[in-house]
Amino acid sequence: MTRNITCVTCPMGCSVTVEISDSGEIISVSGNTCKRGEEYAKNEITHPQRSLATTLRVEGGIYNVVPCKSAGPLPKEKIFECMEAVNSTCVNAPVKLGDVLVKNICGTGVDIVATNHCPRKG
Amino acid sequence: MLNYDIVIIGGGPAGMAAALRAKECGVDSILILERAETLGGILEQCIHTGFGLQYFGEELSGPEYASRFIDLVNKEKIEYKTDTMALEITQDNKVYAVNKKDGLLEIQAKAIILAMGCRERPRGALNIAGTRASGIMSAGTAQKYVNIDGYMPGKKVVILGSGDIGLIMARRMTLEGAKVECVCELMPYSSGLTRNIVQCLDDFGIPLYLSTTVIDIHGKDRVTGVTIASVDENRRPIPGTERLIECDTLLLSVGLIPENELTRAVGIGLDSVTNGAVVDEYRETDHEGVFACGNVLHVHDLVDFVTLESQTAGEGAAKYVLGKKQKGAQVTTKGTGMVRYIVPQKINLNNEGDVKLYFRVGNTARNATVKVKYGGEEIISRKRPRLAPGEMESVVIKNEMLKSFSDGGVLEITVEV
Repeated sequence: MTRNITCVTCPMGCSVTVEISDSGEIISVSGNTCKRGEEYAKNEITHPQRSLATTLRVEGGIYNVVPCKSAGPLPKEKIFECMEAVNSTCVNAPVKLGDVLVKNICGTGVDIVATNHCPRKG
Repeated sequence: MLNYDIVIIGGGPAGMAAALRAKECGVDSILILERAETLGGILEQCIHTGFGLQYFGEELSGPEYASRFIDLVNKEKIEYKTDTMALEITQDNKVYAVNKKDGLLEIQAKAIILAMGCRERPRGALNIAGTRASGIMSAGTAQKYVNIDGYMPGKKVVILGSGDIGLIMARRMTLEGAKVECVCELMPYSSGLTRNIVQCLDDFGIPLYLSTTVIDIHGKDRVTGVTIASVDENRRPIPGTERLIECDTLLLSVGLIPENELTRAVGIGLDSVTNGAVVDEYRETDHEGVFACGNVLHVHDLVDFVTLESQTAGEGAAKYVLGKKQKGAQVTTKGTGMVRYIVPQKINLNNEGDVKLYFRVGNTARNATVKVKYGGEEIISRKRPRLAPGEMESVVIKNEMLKSFSDGGVLEITVEV
Protein backbone atom coordinates (compact mmCIF):
# COMPACT_ATOMS: atom_id res chain seq x y z
CA MET A 1 0.00 0.00 0.00
CA THR A 2 1.15 3.56 -0.60
CA ARG A 3 0.27 6.78 1.19
CA ASN A 4 0.60 10.26 -0.27
CA ILE A 5 1.68 12.86 2.24
CA THR A 6 2.20 16.59 1.81
CA CYS A 7 5.32 17.45 3.74
CA VAL A 8 4.70 20.45 6.02
CA THR A 9 8.29 20.82 7.23
CA CYS A 10 8.83 23.92 5.10
CA PRO A 11 6.76 26.09 2.73
CA MET A 12 7.84 24.00 -0.30
CA GLY A 13 5.07 21.53 0.54
CA CYS A 14 6.58 18.55 -1.32
CA SER A 15 4.27 15.72 -2.26
CA VAL A 16 5.84 12.61 -0.71
CA THR A 17 4.84 9.01 -1.41
CA VAL A 18 5.47 6.36 1.24
CA GLU A 19 5.30 2.68 0.32
CA ILE A 20 4.19 0.49 3.22
CA SER A 21 4.31 -3.31 3.40
CA ASP A 22 1.35 -5.43 4.58
CA SER A 23 2.99 -5.75 7.99
CA GLY A 24 3.19 -1.95 8.29
CA GLU A 25 6.91 -1.59 7.55
CA ILE A 26 8.04 1.42 5.52
CA ILE A 27 9.56 0.13 2.28
CA SER A 28 10.38 3.37 0.49
CA VAL A 29 9.94 7.13 0.61
CA SER A 30 9.93 9.15 -2.63
CA GLY A 31 9.05 12.61 -3.90
CA ASN A 32 10.79 14.48 -1.09
CA THR A 33 13.47 17.00 -2.05
CA CYS A 34 15.42 16.97 1.23
CA LYS A 35 16.25 14.68 4.16
CA ARG A 36 13.81 16.39 6.46
CA GLY A 37 11.02 15.42 4.08
CA GLU A 38 11.95 11.75 4.40
CA GLU A 39 11.98 11.99 8.19
CA TYR A 40 8.67 13.84 8.24
CA ALA A 41 6.99 11.25 6.01
CA LYS A 42 8.30 8.35 8.14
CA ASN A 43 7.12 10.01 11.34
CA GLU A 44 3.76 10.76 9.77
CA ILE A 45 3.22 6.99 9.34
CA THR A 46 4.59 5.85 12.71
CA HIS A 47 4.00 8.72 15.16
CA PRO A 48 2.78 12.03 13.67
CA GLN A 49 4.22 15.15 15.27
CA ARG A 50 3.40 18.85 15.13
CA SER A 51 4.94 21.99 16.54
CA LEU A 52 2.68 24.23 18.56
CA ALA A 53 2.62 28.03 18.43
CA THR A 54 0.23 29.84 20.74
CA THR A 55 0.12 32.56 23.39
CA LEU A 56 0.39 32.47 27.17
CA ARG A 57 -1.13 34.91 29.67
CA VAL A 58 1.15 37.52 31.21
CA GLU A 59 0.49 39.46 34.41
CA GLY A 60 1.73 43.06 34.52
CA GLY A 61 3.11 43.24 30.98
CA ILE A 62 2.55 45.78 28.22
CA TYR A 63 0.46 43.08 26.53
CA ASN A 64 -2.00 40.58 28.04
CA VAL A 65 -0.30 37.64 26.34
CA VAL A 66 3.14 36.68 25.09
CA PRO A 67 3.59 34.47 22.01
CA CYS A 68 5.27 31.13 22.61
CA LYS A 69 6.06 27.86 20.87
CA SER A 70 7.05 24.31 21.62
CA ALA A 71 10.84 24.07 21.49
CA GLY A 72 10.44 20.89 19.42
CA PRO A 73 7.66 18.86 17.83
CA LEU A 74 4.96 17.38 20.06
CA PRO A 75 2.97 14.18 19.49
CA LYS A 76 0.06 15.27 17.30
CA GLU A 77 -2.54 13.63 19.54
CA LYS A 78 -1.34 15.68 22.53
CA ILE A 79 -1.74 19.11 20.91
CA PHE A 80 -5.07 19.97 22.57
CA GLU A 81 -3.88 18.67 25.95
CA CYS A 82 -0.83 20.93 25.63
CA MET A 83 -3.06 23.87 24.66
CA GLU A 84 -5.05 23.35 27.87
CA ALA A 85 -1.87 23.27 29.94
CA VAL A 86 -0.58 26.47 28.32
CA ASN A 87 -3.92 28.23 28.78
CA SER A 88 -4.02 27.37 32.47
CA THR A 89 -0.58 28.94 33.01
CA CYS A 90 0.17 32.60 33.69
CA VAL A 91 3.61 34.20 34.02
CA ASN A 92 4.73 37.55 35.42
CA ALA A 93 6.28 40.24 33.25
CA PRO A 94 8.94 40.87 32.16
CA VAL A 95 9.25 37.97 29.73
CA LYS A 96 12.26 37.71 27.44
CA LEU A 97 12.35 36.00 24.04
CA GLY A 98 13.64 32.46 24.64
CA ASP A 99 12.46 32.23 28.29
CA VAL A 100 11.15 28.78 29.19
CA LEU A 101 7.52 29.36 30.19
CA VAL A 102 6.39 25.75 30.76
CA LYS A 103 8.95 23.01 31.38
CA ASN A 104 8.31 19.55 29.95
CA ILE A 105 4.77 20.23 28.82
CA CYS A 106 2.37 17.33 29.54
CA GLY A 107 5.32 15.02 30.11
CA THR A 108 6.44 15.22 26.49
CA GLY A 109 9.96 16.31 27.39
CA VAL A 110 9.44 19.47 25.31
CA ASP A 111 9.50 22.99 26.78
CA ILE A 112 7.25 25.90 25.85
CA VAL A 113 9.43 28.96 25.16
CA ALA A 114 8.58 32.62 24.65
CA THR A 115 8.95 33.87 21.07
CA ASN A 116 8.84 37.58 21.86
CA HIS A 117 9.65 40.01 24.63
CA CYS A 118 6.93 41.32 26.94
CA PRO A 119 8.30 44.17 29.05
CA ARG A 120 6.69 45.22 32.33
CA LYS A 121 3.97 47.83 32.02
CA GLY A 122 4.85 51.40 33.03
CA MET B 1 13.78 70.66 8.97
CA LEU B 2 15.61 67.35 9.43
CA ASN B 3 18.04 66.01 6.86
CA TYR B 4 18.79 62.34 6.16
CA ASP B 5 20.42 60.55 3.27
CA ILE B 6 17.76 57.83 3.30
CA VAL B 7 14.31 57.95 4.86
CA ILE B 8 12.50 54.61 5.03
CA ILE B 9 8.73 54.57 5.44
CA GLY B 10 7.75 51.45 7.34
CA GLY B 11 9.68 49.52 10.03
CA GLY B 12 8.53 46.02 9.18
CA PRO B 13 10.75 43.33 7.65
CA ALA B 14 11.09 45.31 4.40
CA GLY B 15 12.08 48.61 5.99
CA MET B 16 14.53 47.02 8.42
CA ALA B 17 16.28 44.88 5.79
CA ALA B 18 16.56 47.87 3.45
CA ALA B 19 18.00 50.03 6.23
CA LEU B 20 20.57 47.43 7.26
CA ARG B 21 21.79 46.85 3.71
CA ALA B 22 21.98 50.59 2.97
CA LYS B 23 24.12 51.00 6.10
CA GLU B 24 26.32 48.08 5.03
CA CYS B 25 26.78 49.80 1.66
CA GLY B 26 28.21 52.88 3.34
CA VAL B 27 25.28 55.19 4.10
CA ASP B 28 25.12 56.22 7.78
CA SER B 29 22.39 58.83 7.76
CA ILE B 30 19.24 56.70 7.78
CA LEU B 31 15.85 57.23 9.45
CA ILE B 32 13.06 54.65 9.66
CA LEU B 33 9.50 55.90 10.25
CA GLU B 34 7.10 53.37 11.78
CA ARG B 35 3.37 53.86 12.36
CA ALA B 36 3.03 51.23 15.11
CA GLU B 37 4.49 51.40 18.61
CA THR B 38 7.30 48.95 17.84
CA LEU B 39 9.39 47.91 14.85
CA GLY B 40 8.50 44.54 13.34
CA GLY B 41 5.38 45.24 11.32
CA ILE B 42 2.81 42.53 10.82
CA LEU B 43 5.31 39.85 11.94
CA GLU B 44 4.57 40.80 15.55
CA GLN B 45 1.12 39.19 15.34
CA CYS B 46 2.16 36.25 13.13
CA ILE B 47 3.05 33.99 16.04
CA HIS B 48 2.99 30.77 13.99
CA THR B 49 6.26 29.32 12.79
CA GLY B 50 7.49 28.88 9.24
CA PHE B 51 9.38 32.13 8.82
CA GLY B 52 13.07 32.18 7.98
CA LEU B 53 13.55 28.75 6.40
CA GLN B 54 14.98 30.29 3.24
CA TYR B 55 16.88 33.16 4.81
CA PHE B 56 18.10 31.77 8.15
CA GLY B 57 17.76 28.04 7.41
CA GLU B 58 15.65 27.60 10.52
CA GLU B 59 11.98 27.76 11.34
CA LEU B 60 11.10 30.86 13.33
CA SER B 61 7.89 32.51 14.47
CA GLY B 62 7.05 35.99 13.16
CA PRO B 63 8.20 37.84 16.30
CA GLU B 64 11.45 35.84 16.37
CA TYR B 65 12.16 36.66 12.72
CA ALA B 66 11.43 40.34 13.38
CA SER B 67 13.51 40.45 16.55
CA ARG B 68 16.65 39.35 14.69
CA PHE B 69 16.34 42.44 12.52
CA ILE B 70 15.26 44.72 15.38
CA ASP B 71 18.39 43.64 17.29
CA LEU B 72 20.56 44.42 14.25
CA VAL B 73 18.91 47.82 13.72
CA ASN B 74 19.69 48.66 17.35
CA LYS B 75 23.21 47.27 17.14
CA GLU B 76 23.93 49.28 13.99
CA LYS B 77 22.45 52.34 15.72
CA ILE B 78 20.07 53.02 12.86
CA GLU B 79 17.68 55.78 13.88
CA TYR B 80 13.96 55.12 13.94
CA LYS B 81 10.80 56.85 15.11
CA THR B 82 7.86 54.67 16.16
CA ASP B 83 4.25 55.85 16.61
CA THR B 84 5.03 58.04 13.62
CA MET B 85 2.79 58.35 10.60
CA ALA B 86 4.20 59.45 7.25
CA LEU B 87 1.70 61.82 5.64
CA GLU B 88 3.20 62.88 2.36
CA ILE B 89 6.23 62.63 0.14
CA THR B 90 6.99 65.50 -2.19
CA GLN B 91 8.39 65.93 -5.71
CA ASP B 92 11.76 66.95 -4.22
CA ASN B 93 11.90 63.94 -1.86
CA LYS B 94 10.82 65.58 1.36
CA VAL B 95 8.80 63.50 3.79
CA TYR B 96 6.14 64.94 6.06
CA ALA B 97 5.33 62.83 9.10
CA VAL B 98 3.62 63.32 12.43
CA ASN B 99 3.86 61.91 15.95
CA LYS B 100 2.82 62.96 19.44
CA LYS B 101 6.32 63.85 20.63
CA ASP B 102 7.76 65.83 17.71
CA GLY B 103 4.51 67.10 16.20
CA LEU B 104 4.82 67.67 12.45
CA LEU B 105 8.13 66.56 10.99
CA GLU B 106 9.60 67.88 7.75
CA ILE B 107 12.42 65.66 6.59
CA GLN B 108 14.55 66.24 3.50
CA ALA B 109 15.82 62.94 2.10
CA LYS B 110 18.22 62.22 -0.73
CA ALA B 111 16.53 58.86 -1.24
CA ILE B 112 13.25 57.45 0.09
CA ILE B 113 12.45 53.78 0.46
CA LEU B 114 8.75 52.92 0.48
CA ALA B 115 8.19 49.90 2.75
CA MET B 116 4.62 50.43 3.95
CA GLY B 117 3.43 46.88 3.40
CA CYS B 118 -0.15 46.05 2.58
CA ARG B 119 -3.54 45.87 4.21
CA GLU B 120 -6.42 43.45 3.93
CA ARG B 121 -9.33 43.88 1.56
CA PRO B 122 -12.33 44.77 3.71
CA ARG B 123 -15.96 43.61 3.48
CA GLY B 124 -16.85 46.81 1.64
CA ALA B 125 -14.69 45.74 -1.29
CA LEU B 126 -16.71 42.53 -1.71
CA ASN B 127 -20.29 43.77 -1.74
CA ILE B 128 -21.60 40.84 0.31
CA ALA B 129 -25.30 41.30 0.98
CA GLY B 130 -26.67 41.08 4.49
CA THR B 131 -26.78 42.88 7.79
CA ARG B 132 -24.10 44.90 9.51
CA ALA B 133 -24.09 42.79 12.64
CA SER B 134 -20.94 42.61 14.75
CA GLY B 135 -18.70 39.61 14.26
CA ILE B 136 -17.52 40.36 10.71
CA MET B 137 -13.84 41.18 10.50
CA SER B 138 -10.72 40.56 8.48
CA ALA B 139 -8.65 37.52 9.43
CA GLY B 140 -5.73 39.79 10.34
CA THR B 141 -7.91 41.78 12.74
CA ALA B 142 -8.92 38.55 14.45
CA GLN B 143 -5.24 37.58 14.52
CA LYS B 144 -4.40 40.78 16.38
CA TYR B 145 -7.26 40.25 18.87
CA VAL B 146 -6.14 36.70 19.66
CA ASN B 147 -2.35 36.98 19.48
CA ILE B 148 -1.62 40.48 20.77
CA ASP B 149 -4.66 41.48 22.81
CA GLY B 150 -5.32 37.97 24.12
CA TYR B 151 -9.02 37.53 23.60
CA MET B 152 -11.20 35.50 21.28
CA PRO B 153 -13.48 37.34 18.84
CA GLY B 154 -15.93 34.44 18.40
CA LYS B 155 -16.86 30.81 19.05
CA LYS B 156 -18.38 29.51 15.81
CA VAL B 157 -16.53 30.72 12.78
CA VAL B 158 -16.86 30.73 9.00
CA ILE B 159 -13.87 31.91 7.02
CA LEU B 160 -14.21 33.37 3.54
CA GLY B 161 -11.03 33.14 1.51
CA SER B 162 -8.35 30.49 1.69
CA GLY B 163 -5.29 32.70 1.56
CA ASP B 164 -2.59 31.92 4.11
CA ILE B 165 -3.92 34.28 6.78
CA GLY B 166 -7.37 32.66 6.56
CA LEU B 167 -5.86 29.18 6.86
CA ILE B 168 -3.58 30.16 9.74
CA MET B 169 -6.52 31.72 11.60
CA ALA B 170 -8.65 28.60 11.05
CA ARG B 171 -6.04 26.66 13.03
CA ARG B 172 -5.47 29.38 15.60
CA MET B 173 -9.18 29.78 16.41
CA THR B 174 -9.56 25.97 16.60
CA LEU B 175 -6.62 25.63 19.00
CA GLU B 176 -8.18 28.28 21.25
CA GLY B 177 -11.45 26.35 21.41
CA ALA B 178 -13.56 27.86 18.62
CA LYS B 179 -15.38 25.68 16.11
CA VAL B 180 -14.41 26.60 12.57
CA GLU B 181 -17.33 25.42 10.44
CA CYS B 182 -15.65 25.77 7.07
CA VAL B 183 -13.38 27.80 4.84
CA CYS B 184 -15.03 28.99 1.60
CA GLU B 185 -12.97 29.84 -1.47
CA LEU B 186 -14.45 31.60 -4.50
CA MET B 187 -11.80 30.25 -6.85
CA PRO B 188 -11.50 26.57 -7.85
CA TYR B 189 -8.11 26.48 -6.03
CA SER B 190 -6.69 27.85 -2.79
CA SER B 191 -4.20 30.68 -2.98
CA GLY B 192 -2.63 29.48 0.28
CA LEU B 193 0.46 27.32 0.61
CA THR B 194 -0.26 23.59 0.36
CA ARG B 195 1.40 23.00 3.74
CA ASN B 196 -1.11 25.37 5.33
CA ILE B 197 -4.06 23.49 3.87
CA VAL B 198 -2.61 20.30 5.33
CA GLN B 199 -1.55 21.53 8.77
CA CYS B 200 -4.27 24.14 9.36
CA LEU B 201 -7.36 22.50 7.84
CA ASP B 202 -6.83 18.76 7.22
CA ASP B 203 -5.25 18.24 10.66
CA PHE B 204 -8.40 19.53 12.35
CA GLY B 205 -10.98 18.18 9.89
CA ILE B 206 -12.01 21.67 8.77
CA PRO B 207 -13.70 21.46 5.36
CA LEU B 208 -12.46 23.64 2.49
CA TYR B 209 -15.22 24.40 0.00
CA LEU B 210 -13.74 25.50 -3.33
CA SER B 211 -15.79 27.49 -5.89
CA THR B 212 -17.98 28.60 -3.00
CA THR B 213 -18.74 32.01 -1.59
CA VAL B 214 -20.77 33.77 1.09
CA ILE B 215 -23.85 35.38 -0.47
CA ASP B 216 -25.69 36.60 2.63
CA ILE B 217 -24.94 37.46 6.25
CA HIS B 218 -27.64 37.09 8.92
CA GLY B 219 -28.09 38.51 12.42
CA LYS B 220 -29.28 41.78 13.90
CA ASP B 221 -26.80 42.69 16.64
CA ARG B 222 -24.44 39.75 16.28
CA VAL B 223 -23.89 37.49 13.28
CA THR B 224 -26.11 34.42 13.59
CA GLY B 225 -25.18 32.72 10.34
CA VAL B 226 -24.15 33.06 6.72
CA THR B 227 -25.60 31.68 3.50
CA ILE B 228 -23.01 30.10 1.26
CA ALA B 229 -23.45 28.98 -2.35
CA SER B 230 -21.43 27.27 -5.05
CA VAL B 231 -20.33 29.46 -7.95
CA ASP B 232 -20.07 28.72 -11.67
CA GLU B 233 -17.01 29.26 -13.86
CA ASN B 234 -17.86 32.98 -14.04
CA ARG B 235 -17.90 33.10 -10.22
CA ARG B 236 -21.66 33.69 -10.16
CA PRO B 237 -23.65 31.89 -7.43
CA ILE B 238 -25.54 28.84 -8.74
CA PRO B 239 -29.25 28.96 -7.76
CA GLY B 240 -30.30 25.97 -5.69
CA THR B 241 -26.89 25.45 -4.05
CA GLU B 242 -27.50 27.87 -1.15
CA ARG B 243 -26.83 26.56 2.36
CA LEU B 244 -27.26 28.28 5.72
CA ILE B 245 -24.37 27.84 8.12
CA GLU B 246 -24.86 28.97 11.71
CA CYS B 247 -21.96 30.98 13.10
CA ASP B 248 -21.26 34.02 15.25
CA THR B 249 -18.18 35.19 13.36
CA LEU B 250 -17.22 35.66 9.72
CA LEU B 251 -13.53 36.14 9.01
CA LEU B 252 -12.51 37.58 5.66
CA SER B 253 -9.22 36.57 4.11
CA VAL B 254 -9.86 37.85 0.63
CA GLY B 255 -6.67 39.42 -0.52
CA LEU B 256 -4.18 42.10 0.32
CA ILE B 257 -3.81 45.57 -1.14
CA PRO B 258 -0.40 47.29 -1.14
CA GLU B 259 -0.72 50.54 0.83
CA ASN B 260 0.27 52.95 -1.91
CA GLU B 261 -1.57 56.14 -0.95
CA LEU B 262 1.70 58.08 -0.54
CA THR B 263 3.07 56.59 -3.73
CA ARG B 264 0.00 57.48 -5.76
CA ALA B 265 -0.27 61.00 -4.33
CA VAL B 266 3.21 61.97 -5.55
CA GLY B 267 2.45 60.58 -8.99
CA ILE B 268 4.65 57.48 -9.02
CA GLY B 269 3.65 55.04 -11.77
CA LEU B 270 1.89 51.90 -10.55
CA ASP B 271 1.54 48.46 -12.14
CA SER B 272 -2.15 47.66 -12.62
CA VAL B 273 -1.62 43.99 -11.73
CA THR B 274 0.62 44.25 -8.64
CA ASN B 275 -0.94 47.53 -7.44
CA GLY B 276 2.62 48.45 -6.53
CA ALA B 277 5.09 50.79 -8.18
CA VAL B 278 6.76 50.06 -11.50
CA VAL B 279 10.43 49.54 -10.59
CA ASP B 280 13.85 48.70 -12.02
CA GLU B 281 16.12 45.91 -10.80
CA TYR B 282 17.17 47.97 -7.74
CA ARG B 283 13.48 48.63 -7.04
CA GLU B 284 13.76 52.31 -7.96
CA THR B 285 10.42 53.75 -9.07
CA ASP B 286 9.93 56.18 -11.95
CA HIS B 287 10.39 58.98 -9.39
CA GLU B 288 14.14 59.49 -9.10
CA GLY B 289 15.52 58.53 -5.70
CA VAL B 290 12.34 56.81 -4.52
CA PHE B 291 12.58 53.05 -4.08
CA ALA B 292 9.95 50.48 -3.03
CA CYS B 293 10.22 46.99 -1.56
CA GLY B 294 8.28 44.30 0.25
CA ASN B 295 4.51 43.98 0.23
CA VAL B 296 3.97 47.60 -0.82
CA LEU B 297 5.61 46.66 -4.10
CA HIS B 298 3.89 43.31 -4.63
CA VAL B 299 2.35 40.86 -2.18
CA HIS B 300 4.84 38.17 -1.17
CA ASP B 301 4.00 34.76 0.25
CA LEU B 302 7.25 34.42 2.24
CA VAL B 303 8.86 37.10 4.37
CA ASP B 304 12.25 35.66 3.41
CA PHE B 305 11.71 36.99 -0.12
CA VAL B 306 10.66 40.35 1.32
CA THR B 307 13.99 40.50 3.12
CA LEU B 308 15.97 39.66 -0.02
CA GLU B 309 14.08 42.15 -2.16
CA SER B 310 14.46 44.88 0.45
CA GLN B 311 18.20 44.32 0.64
CA THR B 312 18.28 44.94 -3.11
CA ALA B 313 16.33 48.18 -2.61
CA GLY B 314 18.60 49.21 0.27
CA GLU B 315 21.65 48.61 -1.88
CA GLY B 316 20.06 50.56 -4.74
CA ALA B 317 19.20 53.51 -2.51
CA ALA B 318 22.76 53.54 -1.11
CA LYS B 319 24.22 53.47 -4.63
CA TYR B 320 21.92 56.33 -5.56
CA VAL B 321 22.96 58.44 -2.56
CA LEU B 322 26.65 57.72 -3.22
CA GLY B 323 26.24 58.67 -6.89
CA LYS B 324 27.01 55.16 -8.11
CA LYS B 325 23.66 54.31 -9.68
CA GLN B 326 23.66 55.31 -13.33
CA LYS B 327 20.66 55.22 -15.56
CA GLY B 328 20.99 54.36 -19.20
CA ALA B 329 19.79 51.73 -21.60
CA GLN B 330 16.91 49.65 -20.28
CA VAL B 331 14.79 46.69 -21.25
CA THR B 332 11.27 46.09 -19.99
CA THR B 333 9.88 42.78 -18.76
CA LYS B 334 6.54 41.36 -19.84
CA GLY B 335 4.60 38.37 -18.57
CA THR B 336 2.46 36.60 -21.15
CA GLY B 337 0.00 33.71 -21.04
CA MET B 338 -0.19 32.33 -17.52
CA VAL B 339 2.34 34.82 -16.15
CA ARG B 340 0.35 37.56 -14.39
CA TYR B 341 3.18 39.87 -13.48
CA ILE B 342 6.93 40.25 -13.22
CA VAL B 343 8.96 42.35 -10.76
CA PRO B 344 11.09 44.25 -11.70
CA GLN B 345 9.33 45.71 -14.73
CA LYS B 346 12.53 47.38 -16.02
CA ILE B 347 16.20 46.37 -16.05
CA ASN B 348 19.15 48.71 -16.52
CA LEU B 349 21.60 47.14 -18.94
CA ASN B 350 24.65 48.71 -17.27
CA ASN B 351 23.95 46.62 -14.15
CA GLU B 352 27.09 44.76 -13.07
CA GLY B 353 25.42 41.68 -11.63
CA ASP B 354 22.84 39.03 -12.45
CA VAL B 355 19.19 40.02 -12.14
CA LYS B 356 16.54 37.84 -10.55
CA LEU B 357 13.04 38.22 -11.95
CA TYR B 358 10.16 37.32 -9.64
CA PHE B 359 6.84 36.37 -11.16
CA ARG B 360 3.47 34.89 -10.37
CA VAL B 361 1.19 32.68 -12.45
CA GLY B 362 -2.60 32.98 -12.69
CA ASN B 363 -3.42 29.27 -12.66
CA THR B 364 -2.08 26.03 -11.27
CA ALA B 365 -0.06 23.89 -13.66
CA ARG B 366 1.84 20.62 -13.52
CA ASN B 367 4.98 19.70 -15.45
CA ALA B 368 5.21 23.16 -16.93
CA THR B 369 8.11 24.85 -18.69
CA VAL B 370 9.03 28.42 -17.84
CA LYS B 371 10.44 30.15 -20.92
CA VAL B 372 12.26 33.45 -21.11
CA LYS B 373 12.31 35.08 -24.53
CA TYR B 374 14.15 38.13 -25.81
CA GLY B 375 12.99 39.65 -29.08
CA GLY B 376 10.79 36.59 -29.54
CA GLU B 377 13.74 34.18 -29.22
CA GLU B 378 13.90 31.67 -26.40
CA ILE B 379 16.94 32.28 -24.18
CA ILE B 380 16.08 30.31 -21.03
CA SER B 381 13.92 27.24 -20.51
CA ARG B 382 13.32 25.74 -17.05
CA LYS B 383 11.13 22.78 -16.06
CA ARG B 384 8.83 23.25 -13.06
CA PRO B 385 6.97 20.22 -11.69
CA ARG B 386 4.31 22.46 -10.14
CA LEU B 387 3.24 26.07 -10.48
CA ALA B 388 0.59 27.71 -8.30
CA PRO B 389 -0.73 31.27 -8.00
CA GLY B 390 0.08 31.25 -4.28
CA GLU B 391 3.74 30.48 -4.77
CA MET B 392 6.08 33.08 -6.22
CA GLU B 393 8.52 31.87 -8.88
CA SER B 394 11.82 33.32 -9.98
CA VAL B 395 14.29 33.08 -12.82
CA VAL B 396 17.80 34.54 -12.98
CA ILE B 397 19.05 36.55 -15.96
CA LYS B 398 22.82 36.20 -16.05
CA ASN B 399 24.84 39.36 -16.52
CA GLU B 400 26.41 38.19 -19.78
CA MET B 401 22.90 37.67 -21.13
CA LEU B 402 21.94 41.17 -20.00
CA LYS B 403 24.93 42.58 -21.87
CA SER B 404 23.62 41.14 -25.13
CA PHE B 405 20.32 43.07 -24.88
CA SER B 406 19.79 46.52 -26.34
CA ASP B 407 17.91 49.62 -25.21
CA GLY B 408 14.13 49.39 -25.52
CA GLY B 409 14.11 45.60 -25.81
CA VAL B 410 11.42 43.40 -24.28
CA LEU B 411 12.15 40.41 -22.07
CA GLU B 412 9.20 38.06 -21.98
CA ILE B 413 8.41 35.28 -19.51
CA THR B 414 5.82 32.72 -20.48
CA VAL B 415 4.75 29.28 -19.28
CA GLU B 416 4.13 26.31 -21.54
CA VAL B 417 2.20 23.32 -20.25
